[in-house]
Amino acid sequence: MAKRVGIEVSVAIGEVCKLINVDVVAAYPITPQTHIVEHLAELVADGELDASYIPVESEHSAMSACLGASAVGARAFTATAGQGLELMHEVLYVASSMRLPIVMTVANRPLSSPLSVWGDHSDAMAVRDTGWIQIFTENGQEVVDSVLCAFRIGEDSRVLLPVMVHLDGFHLTHMIEPIYIPEQSEVDKFLPPFNYPLPLDPERPLTMGAFGPPVIFPETKKAQEVNLRAAKKVVLECWDEFGKVFGRHYHPVEHYRSEGARVLLLTMGSFSETAAAAIDKMITDGKDVGLIRLRLWRPFPFEEIRQAVKDAEVLIVLDRAISFGGPGGPVCSEIRSALYGEDKRPKIISAVSGLGGRDISIAGFEEIVGRGIEVSQTGSEQEFEVFGVRE
Amino acid sequence: MGKIFKSETEVTWKDLDIGAIVTEPGSASQYQTGGWRSQRPIVDTNLCNKCGLCYIYCPEGCIEQGEDEYFQPNMYYCKGCGICATECPKKAITIVEEEA
Repeated sequence: MAKRVGIEVSVAIGEVCKLINVDVVAAYPITPQTHIVEHLAELVADGELDASYIPVESEHSAMSACLGASAVGARAFTATAGQGLELMHEVLYVASSMRLPIVMTVANRPLSSPLSVWGDHSDAMAVRDTGWIQIFTENGQEVVDSVLCAFRIGEDSRVLLPVMVHLDGFHLTHMIEPIYIPEQSEVDKFLPPFNYPLPLDPERPLTMGAFGPPVIFPETKKAQEVNLRAAKKVVLECWDEFGKVFGRHYHPVEHYRSEGARVLLLTMGSFSETAAAAIDKMITDGKDVGLIRLRLWRPFPFEEIRQAVKDAEVLIVLDRAISFGGPGGPVCSEIRSALYGEDKRPKIISAVSGLGGRDISIAGFEEIVGRGIEVSQTGSEQEFEVFGVRE
Repeated sequence: MGKIFKSETEVTWKDLDIGAIVTEPGSASQYQTGGWRSQRPIVDTNLCNKCGLCYIYCPEGCIEQGEDEYFQPNMYYCKGCGICATECPKKAITIVEEEA
């Protein structure tokens, strides 16, 4: 039976990577991701983890080295944040297009300027369309569990796709939390050995990432899209199995006191815990509110979102990123699109807050929900409103 | 691409190997780059001294030495770039427009 220990979430990621027995870690340090890769470097240096640790000169190289490692059939892991994620941007597409199941934790951080190392989802939103499976996590336990599941999902022969596990910079990466770290035997049983079907091998020459002229390129992209969508079935299977083995249950859309609620708040990531406390307070105060949390970002859980909001009258979507000059927060835009064709759907209100590590307090969530309800009745001259900003 | 060899215009997205990996070594030789050509090299064997510089300079590697020892471009691959004609010390290669 796994022991529950007080551990920093970043260190716990390193520990679970050790249990997973990753073969290659290629990473470049960037706040707030540093403790993850520092701990992995220690584990390799101390001989606790038999892996190649490649201290590359940039994030572009980190992801490229992971590509090479994964292509020969090695289990590759990296982590990054903010600008680092942007620097590896073009290589992210290569990883998913070549179907290489690299796992990466992203310690979410804004993009400059001004320079900020604190948390928000601007970096994650910029890599939305890179073809990776993407999961947003709420707390340290969920991060550890998600990393373990990420390898099992990505390496499944029906999937073979890279997986990003998003965790909020500082609000998660630097927290010391009580976390169940699984036993080695449990990990070995849950995660089969990685067996890439077409590895680079001099005995069986093949070409990855070949030239794709117009006569073949659209076929490759359709295959990729069908594959990513189909991966959802495997994600659900994995989380179901994880729940049976470890007793912690995960879903693409998580619910908190949302059953029958007239007004729903939708969040992603670690701020969902404060949001849950705010929902408790509002319910105590007699308000008809509930919370849903989007956990699986890609492939997008259309059915689960439609099911979750079908009886609500108002849906307030909190984004921790701005789509400048656009229709609203990026998550809200997707929710609107997912619900547009429904005959019965709630009024959808876009709220942006919590940028660059700015906390949203319980009172802050109350304000967001209160104003959302107001806007649902009166309308607003703005496409979306930004909360928690001094006027 | 794919286990079943079809012409490139017949391959469907379902035929592709994972990640569009090319599993047949040397299959790039099936690709007809000659279709890109708007002009073609003509070799005058009366001027050619069989030095082979065209063979060395051809970026496509598509110039072959025949049994008669003269060098000739393989028009399945020749893109008509004209480098062979520029490099030929005997001015034995002429570039002419492809007829429509």
